[in-house]
Amino acid sequence: MGAEQKLGNLGIVTTTLEMVVNWGRTGAMWPMLFGLACCAIEMIATQAASYDVSRFGMELMRASPRQSDLMIVAGRVSRKMAPVLRRLYDQMPEPKWVLAMGDCASCSGVFNNYALVQGVDEIVPVDVYVAGCPPRPEALIDGIIKLHEKVRDESITDWA
Amino acid sequence: MTYIDTTIATLREKHPHAIEQVLSFRGETTLVVAAAALLHICQLLRNDPALYYSFLVDLAAVDYHPQQPRFGVSYLLHARKNNARLRLRVLLPGHKPRLASVSAVWPAAEWPEREAFDLMGIEFTGHPDLRRILMPADWEGHPLRKDYALGYEEVQFSFNWREIDRRKDYAQE
Repeated sequence: MGAEQKLGNLGIVTTTLEMVVNWGRTGAMWPMLFGLACCAIEMIATQAASYDVSRFGMELMRASPRQSDLMIVAGRVSRKMAPVLRRLYDQMPEPKWVLAMGDCASCSGVFNNYALVQGVDEIVPVDVYVAGCPPRPEALIDGIIKLHEKVRDESITDWA
Repeated sequence: MTYIDTTIATLREKHPHAIEQVLSFRGETTLVVAAAALLHICQLLRNDPALYYSFLVDLAAVDYHPQQPRFGVSYLLHARKNNARLRLRVLLPGHKPRLASVSAVWPAAEWPEREAFDLMGIEFTGHPDLRRILMPADWEGHPLRKDYALGYEEVQFSFNWREIDRRKDYAQE
């Protein structure tokens, strides 16, 4: 017996390629498992049971950049760390997104000094900035939803 | 006669011109030592069985800019057998500060000396592996010096946001 008989008449669904692909991309956007500073604690809380970011298809923090779609820069980036971060970004397969979590990753926050990169947008292209020092898990989830909205609105011409 | 007094007496006897000044504050003793005599004094403090300052607690460099002499290097010593603490201070000129390494006396000095070299630019002669420890290897300058620039980017406020934003180069794919 084939699947048709088992499942009954599924009918036909019509949609666009854009919508299906973007729906797939937002539905399982795996972030990379790395934290840089105190924001990482909030990121872990976002991942854990009370906030449970797996509701948005992000239950897996991939420990390898080659398996991840989203880079959450959780914390300040020192200038010594910057080439490492860029290399991780370069190792991620397309399509990939970057979320700058917290003030330090967005603009270096209170630290205007020699040691830190003044905003991670100097070394990687950032899609969403989340304000806060550190942002609460709600704020991070809000940023993630904003990113999902952005991805959902991408047109087929953006993919190339 | 306390243990510290004995130490100072022994040092004065063996190296009469090495101690430039003895400072005492709240029971802490600091000996200001001539840079040329530092290594001999440290060897004596470490190896003399009656003194035996076996433990180098910390080594730190200070920038007294614009005072002269500009740099100070402090050595915090501990004689565990007698629970006595002693601080040595060496003052160095602002131009090309150079000092003998004590890493052969206390191996623990190796990394703090690298740190002082990295952040303050004090050269330790005789150090086995004197290279930067905290900053990237290709870094220019010594960031903890008082005349080093604090930050490298102008702070953006609402009134100058656009102007700075125009100058800022954002990373590309």
